Amino acid sequence: MQLWLIPLLPLAGFTINGLFGRRFSKGVVNAVAVGSVLLSFAWVLKTLIALGVLNTAYSEHYFTWIQSDAFSVGCDMSVDRLTAIMLLVVTGIGSLIHIYSIGYMAHEGGYYRFFAYMNLFMFFMLVLVLASNYLLLFVGWEGVGLCSYLLIGFYFDKKFATDAGNKAFIVNRIGDFGFSLAIFYMVRQFGTLDFGTVFSKAPAAPESALTIIGLLLLLGAAGKSAQIPLYVWLPDAMAGPTPVSALIHAATMVTAGVYMTARSFAIYTHAPMAMEAIAVIGIATAFFAATIGMAQNDIKKVFAYSTVSQLGYMFVGVGVGAFSAGIYHLMTHAFFKALLFLGSGSVIHALSGEQDMRQMGGMRGKIPWTCWTMFCASLAISGFPFTSGFLSKDAILLAANHHAPWMYWVGTITAGMTAFYVFRAFFMTFFGDYRGHEHHPHESPPVMLVPLVILAGLSLAGGYLFKVPEFLGTIFPTLEMPEDFGLMAIASGAGLLGILLAYVMYVARPGIPDAIASNLRGLYTLVYNKYFVDEIYDAAVVKPVVGGSRLLLWKGMDAGIIDGMVNGVGARAKSIGGALRMLQSGNARSYATWVAFGGVLVIVALGVAEGVTR
Amino acid sequence: MTQVPASWFLTLSAVLFVLGVAGFIFRRSVITMFMSIELMLNAVNLTFVTFSYELKQVDGHLFVFFVMVVAAAEAAVGLAIILTVYKSRATLNIDEVNSMKN
Repeated sequence: MQLWLIPLLPLAGFTINGLFGRRFSKGVVNAVAVGSVLLSFAWVLKTLIALGVLNTAYSEHYFTWIQSDAFSVGCDMSVDRLTAIMLLVVTGIGSLIHIYSIGYMAHEGGYYRFFAYMNLFMFFMLVLVLASNYLLLFVGWEGVGLCSYLLIGFYFDKKFATDAGNKAFIVNRIGDFGFSLAIFYMVRQFGTLDFGTVFSKAPAAPESALTIIGLLLLLGAAGKSAQIPLYVWLPDAMAGPTPVSALIHAATMVTAGVYMTARSFAIYTHAPMAMEAIAVIGIATAFFAATIGMAQNDIKKVFAYSTVSQLGYMFVGVGVGAFSAGIYHLMTHAFFKALLFLGSGSVIHALSGEQDMRQMGGMRGKIPWTCWTMFCASLAISGFPFTSGFLSKDAILLAANHHAPWMYWVGTITAGMTAFYVFRAFFMTFFGDYRGHEHHPHESPPVMLVPLVILAGLSLAGGYLFKVPEFLGTIFPTLEMPEDFGLMAIASGAGLLGILLAYVMYVARPGIPDAIASNLRGLYTLVYNKYFVDEIYDAAVVKPVVGGSRLLLWKGMDAGIIDGMVNGVGARAKSIGGALRMLQSGNARSYATWVAFGGVLVIVALGVAEGVTR
Repeated sequence: MTQVPASWFLTLSAVLFVLGVAGFIFRRSVITMFMSIELMLNAVNLTFVTFSYELKQVDGHLFVFFVMVVAAAEAAVGLAIILTVYKSRATLNIDEVNSMKN
């Protein structure tokens, strides 16, 4: 079936554009970059159609990568229903975002570099989802992290962008450390990293081992998917170009953690404590990030915190055992969050780079297409009844209620906050009077609008096109729970309430937010500054590490001991040489004296030695 | 006929050697120093021959021939150098031939 073609097409695009893109015209760069991703998408479709219902996983073995005694890791790829969904999301949304980027990046420098990195990202992401063992998955996992770093720091002449790239990379390292430990533990426990074998051996393994593996995997997932306590990199990652935020930091890469935990369900179902940890971290992140999102003024920051929050929902889904609901939300979130980012990109594009919502307003008439497509996405993320976001969020919340009712209630409150901040952003951007300075906001070109329209359609109806929970029923254990229309109504009611509140505060009575902010100054400052988490991390982790490295490792170890040793040898040699130099007087007779002296010394020494031995 | 004891030869050899060393160290003329070297070599030769005779072994004689060959070669090269130095500097005072140092 040539599964390898799926990731290799974008890799070819990366190679061609990366090596020769500088000399290509924009048209050729576009054709290579977008063409390779579209071909990859087409190949995914062809493969999936040929594979049919996919009741069992379809695998391909390419070569043995590592062979050591009984332990063996192959370069294997496989497709099952879970992979099929991920493939469609990654290549489908990836294609749309690539097309959109043609318009968005038209006036930017480093055009070919951008597309080369995007293609490289697609390659690694596809390796990640196609991998049929943990090590190959880890290759993709690290690869997407690298591309994320490269693309966050795309504007490498700006300090904040490179800092954000470093932050993302370093925070991800912490998570990856956990992931690699989990891999080592699995090798020890199961003697293999192959998904099929690991999952068939998992039920027989001791629960403590599974719990450790599960928690370590969770650490990895928390890093990649921006969960507490490692979420801090994602909001800063918005320093990259907006299509990057949409593709990597909303729709695909950050969901890799959810995919990985869902993929490892066979481990988690036998480690209830690890699952509980996932659910608690998820709900805490969802709630916490949503509160921050309500007080941000940068349009991309709002959606960044929203992404963190929605990823929290997915973790709740996985954590309470509703794996398919988590993946369902992953998919619908990819639709509407990609759309929100692309839409905000379109707004930013219209305003020539303005991201502060306080400088926007009244854009509804000027860029109607962007406005109404974003409206669809906002409805979907708010859980407006019968949009795709409503379906997936309700699936998660019902499962959460089944697991622990308090999670349902926190989730419902979060849903209300979600609706509030998204519509706050929507109203601040598109309603009211125009407050900015750009005189001619312009609608984006069709190449950007077509992806928006397609995604708008998917945001509203995508949940019906792909009924994920039924589709994944053959893979994941199903939760038996009654349909509860009361709970569904409450959850969507919270969303509607949030929308209404946003309308009142930002359209009908624009004075209210300022009044609240000044009345609750302490709380507002706390939330506006993101609970000072960055500052706390800075003081608690970054400063001690940097200070310790500087004092102990740099000044003490490197400069003191290592350099000291090397320099010390040199200095001693120099001083001894300086003393010996006195002998080299240039006077032949003094040399002769020294030779004679040396001879006498040797004779005396021999005499003494003989005296001693005798 | 009573034999001359070996210690006499060795004492003579030591005296000659010390004379050679003293001449080499304390004289300034390159020619004299050169001769002092020859004196030292021959003092050593005398020791070799003495022990060779005393121990009834031929090794010492062989060494003496080697030393003589080396001394002859050294004389040829050394005199050539002395000639060249004298041509370029018009002096044979060893203390003035120190341009390698300064």
